[in-house]
Formats: sequence, C-alpha cells, structure tokens
Amino acid sequence: MKKTYKIEVDCANCANKMEQAARTTPGVAEATVSFMTQKMSVAFAEGADPKTVMQAVLKNCKKVEDDCEIYL
Amino acid sequence: MNKKQKKLLARILVSLPMVAALHFVPVHGLLQLALYLVPYLIVGHDILKKAVKGIGNHQVFDENFLMAVATVGAMALGEYAEGCAVMLFYQIGELFQSYAVGKSRQNISELMDIRPDYANIEKDGQLEQVDPDEVPVGSIITVQPGERVPIDGIVTEGESTLNTSALTGESLPREVSAGQEVISGCVNMTGLLRIRTTKEFGESTVARILDLVENSSMKKAKAENFITKFARYYTPAVCYGALALAVIPPVFRLLTGSPAAWGSWIFRALTFLVISCPCALVISIPLSFFGGIGGASRMGILVKGSNYLEALAKTKTIVFDKTGTLTQGVFEVSSLHPVGCTEAQLLETAALAECYSGHPISQSLRKAYGKPVDQSRVSEVNEVGGHGLTALVDGRRIAAGNARLMDKLGIACDAPAAPGTVVHIAIDGRYAGYVLISDQLKPHAKAALQALKANGIKKTVMLTGDSASVAQSVAAQLGLDEVHAELLPGDKVEQVEQLLAQNAKGELLAFVGDGINDAPVLSRADIGIAMGALGSDAAIEAADIVLMDDDPARIATAIKISRRTLGIVYQNIVFALAIKAACLVLGAMGIANMWVAIFADVGVMVIAVLNAVRALSTKGL
Repeated sequence: MKKTYKIEVDCANCANKMEQAARTTPGVAEATVSFMTQKMSVAFAEGADPKTVMQAVLKNCKKVEDDCEIYL
Repeated sequence: MNKKQKKLLARILVSLPMVAALHFVPVHGLLQLALYLVPYLIVGHDILKKAVKGIGNHQVFDENFLMAVATVGAMALGEYAEGCAVMLFYQIGELFQSYAVGKSRQNISELMDIRPDYANIEKDGQLEQVDPDEVPVGSIITVQPGERVPIDGIVTEGESTLNTSALTGESLPREVSAGQEVISGCVNMTGLLRIRTTKEFGESTVARILDLVENSSMKKAKAENFITKFARYYTPAVCYGALALAVIPPVFRLLTGSPAAWGSWIFRALTFLVISCPCALVISIPLSFFGGIGGASRMGILVKGSNYLEALAKTKTIVFDKTGTLTQGVFEVSSLHPVGCTEAQLLETAALAECYSGHPISQSLRKAYGKPVDQSRVSEVNEVGGHGLTALVDGRRIAAGNARLMDKLGIACDAPAAPGTVVHIAIDGRYAGYVLISDQLKPHAKAALQALKANGIKKTVMLTGDSASVAQSVAAQLGLDEVHAELLPGDKVEQVEQLLAQNAKGELLAFVGDGINDAPVLSRADIGIAMGALGSDAAIEAADIVLMDDDPARIATAIKISRRTLGIVYQNIVFALAIKAACLVLGAMGIANMWVAIFADVGVMVIAVLNAVRALSTKGL
C-alpha cells in the first residue's frame, strides 16, 4: 500500500536525510521525499500498519532533523 | 514570507546593528564578551540548541554543529566580532535560501496552476459558484465566456471556441458545440456553454495533469541521486579533514621544535568546516529539474519524472508508430479496382463485410459507401488479426483483407499500382478486386523530423503494420532512416528490442505512439512518448512523457528543454564544487578568512538557486 503525506522541511539536505531515515524504518518498503513539493510518499511492507509505521518514521525523522514535520 | 522566516528576519535586524555598534564601544575582556553574547545569542540560539540536540541524536556532523563549533571557537579565541558576524551572516544566508527556494517553488507552482477554483451551477435560475470538488458526475454546469472549464464533460447547450493553450501550449482555438466533449482546463472564449459533467473534479484532466507534474519530482534523476550520495560521504569526510587540519600541523610543528600555533590552525579548521557545507549542490539540483518540468508543462509536454527529463537528453534513436503519429490516422478510400463487378458493387460488399469492425479502415469504407449499412445482411463475421476478416453477406462468403489473407485462402490477387492500404475482396472464393485506401501525413511531420535530426537524434525509425509500399513512400517523404513494415502487433516489441540491442551504452531509445494500442512498446522503450493525449486517459497512463497535442514538432521542443535543464544542472554541480574546492584550499592555507568561508557557502548557494530557476524559462524554444 502506498500513501503520500504533506511534510514541512527547511532545506534540501534535510529532506534527503528524512528520506534515508524513513527508508531504514521497519515496515517501510520504499520511501521518497520531494523537497520541491513538500511531500513524502511511502510504500508500506506487507502486513505493516501505516499508522504505527508512520509514527516510527516521524520519530526517526525528528532524530536526524529536529525541525521537520510530517502531517499524518 | 512565512512565520518562521519573519521571526528570523526580526532577529537578524535586531542583532545586526548591535554588532555594528559594539565595534565602536571601548570595552574589553569579560565585559566585551558579555556584550557581544547578546546579539550572538539572539541570532544564533536555535543553531546552538539544534547542535546540542544533534549530538544527542548521534547526528554530530551536521550544519548546526559546524556553525556552533566555528562560532564558539571564534568566541573562545577572543574574536568576538568575528564570531557574531559569522553567525549573523550564516543566518542571513539561511533566510535567503529559505525565501529563494520558497519563492521559486511558488513561481513554478503558479505557472502550472491551471486549476479552476469554482464551477457554476444553476439554482433557481441563478448561477451559483460552488467548489468543483462537490459537483457530482452528471450535473449540468455553466461556463461563461472568459471562464475556465472546471470539469470534463459533454456540451449540452451552446456553441463556442475553446482556448487549449493551458494544456497544449498552443493557442489554436477549438470549436465546440452541443454533443461534443470538452476538457477541463480550457478557457471558454466566445459563447456560453452548458456542460454535463462526465467525471468528478479529481478525475478530470486538469486535476490529473497537475498531479502528474507535481509528483514528477518524486522520480529522481540520476544526477540528483548522485548528489545525495555525494553529500552523505562528503560531510563526514570534510569534518575529519578539518579535525586533521586542526590537530596534525600543530603537532607536527611541536615535534619539529617550532611553536604550535594551535590558535591559527584551529581557526583554519573552523573556516574549513564552514566552507564545506553541501547546501548549494543539494538544493539546486532538484530545483532545476522542477523548473524544467514546469517549463515543459507550459508547452503542453508532461514529463512524469525528473529521470525521464534527464533521459531525453541522452536519446539518440527515436522510433515512431506510423498511423496517428506521423500520419493523421484518418483513412480515406482513394480508388476502387473491381474485377468482374462494378465499382459500386465492390464498395458495397466491402463496406458490408466490414460493418462490425471498429478499425479505421472499416470506417473509411463505410464513409465512402455513404448509405446506411443494413447489418442484417451480414453474419458469421470472423476477424483474423493482421490479415482481415471473412463474413457472410447476402448469403455469399466474403473475404476482405490484405494480400496475406488472400494467400491463406489460396486466392490470387492483383498487385496494387499505387502505394496505399489495400483491401482485397473475394466473393465465394473468387477474386473481386481491391479498394485502395490512403492516409495523409501530418502537415508538420517532415519539419518535425528535420528538427529532430538537427537536435542530435542519430536514427529515426518507423514501425507499422501497414504495407511495405506505403511505409516506403512515407519514409521517403519524411526522410526516415529505417522503416519496418507489415508488422504484426507482437513484432513491434521485438523490433524495439533489436534496436535497443544495437544502441551503444548511454544512448537511449524513445518510442512515440498514440498510447492507446502501443502500451507494451511504450513500456519496453527507454522513454515512452504518447502524442495527442488531449483527453486520452490511456495515453496519460501508459507513457513516460505525454504530449498534449498531436504535433510531432513537440518532440524536438521536449528534447531542447531536457538539454537545457541538464546543462543548468551540470553548470551548478561544476560551479559549486569548483568554488568549494578553491575556498577549501585557501582556507587550509590560511588565506581565506571567515568571510570568504561564508561566501563559499551562502553565495554559491544563492547563485546556484538563481541559475536553477532559469530552467523554468521557455524563451527561445
């Protein structure tokens, strides 16, 4: 299953760090962040619950870039 | 400017005069430090906080840490003014970056904003403006002259001309009247139209196009991925470099008996750190592609991913489908050649036999026949793909098709004198003659192919299921390099695979078709381009690049945009890396001070962003 979320992130480097952080979160099969459109697209692994996975993604993203936001 | 930006601006504006003023205040020592700490903390407290948080999250080597270390180091070395100035200048840079990128993004989005904001619905004789999202399928909406059509539908009442330039990039007006389909996004020019909607707003053409272009930045180009990877290794590498710079030379000097000069080397290391930030690179690349895609969409060229825009520039071979792509796809009966019957009888038989088929050839036969077709006279229709069909017409066994079909049935047929599509007719096993049908070339096809050659395309190839003579004739007229004719639908994919194998590495192949029945070939090619997509959902789905109108000249335009965008991207990469490298060397040698360092970081980034916005312009195309 694939979902797209609106995000808020200040710089392109940080967007890339968020992308990395999302990709390494368990339950995420594939993640792309577009700094230009301020959107994050996540493809979830089989059987993963989007709500719980996204909470973990948000936590991981906050670790690498404190200033970011994901609107879940 | 948004709230965050405004707050930062305020902090900068408060802090800047303080630092300037303090320069003239005759204080020294701890008092001076305390005074300088005020503007320093006003402008830099969030950076310091983020740096500390970063260490806690194991994100030691990031921008905030660099700046914190650099400025705290400067303060510790007694360079109070320098420390404040560096922090100030850095924050100004951050603000400018945030503003410039936000503005560019807004500009590009606005240019692409063909989204209609409202729909007019008639309620009790009055026109009411409603949110297009809330209009159910099948409602009647009114579009007044000057307004944009908000939702796809069919005209129920009214006559007008539509301006499709928002979608196709060309201003040729289209006439519409009752019973015709209209596409959302077009501007109604002359007359009032009442339209019955056939789709919801979200599914209408304009919404889908906007979605497509927006999401195109999700598919990253190779250049983007390269820069991302580069930045990930580059930052720690530079930090270790700075560490080495701070530690090794002083230690070396101590060992050789000279004074350590820790201060000077640490300062150089700090400068080194400040220069090293990869911001300029990382920001300008996606912005360039975003601009390029935005510029293309204004010309009616939808690119579904930054990677496709990048790939277009490397395309050396273009393969065209014939019917509907290079030719108008409108078949017309040009001559009749009966054997043993009259022309009228030949035409009637052909038209009746083909009456159940949706093929353009059948349609042209029925058009030429002119009279209403009585389908009850026709039965037992059996279509053979790539050959033709057999049917019972008035009790007689009719075979209608190409020479292959006649061969199969063992019927000798005449060889046609002129090039064109031939439909041989056999009645009860006896040859009855043939109908010659021809297709017109598109008016700009020849110019388009010449433009492509001029833009670096090495090989132009045409694939068609049509006869060899027609294919040769078209190829000669258009100046094509290679032609493959009489292909069965499955053969086209094979041909493309053969051509792909012939290509050198790094040279890509694009296939251009109408998207409706070319889906497998479109996906097999390196780049699939669908033409004439105005209103065709299938084409928009199947292709990587969609040309909204059906003029082949757009392909050359698309390639030009692609080349220009890539040019800007490489300019930025080379420029940023070169300046950074030069400043890094100067910083290590002690020639560059903090100001040069900040320029290397902020100045380069600003220049790169401004250059990237150039990708949006469609001048000179």
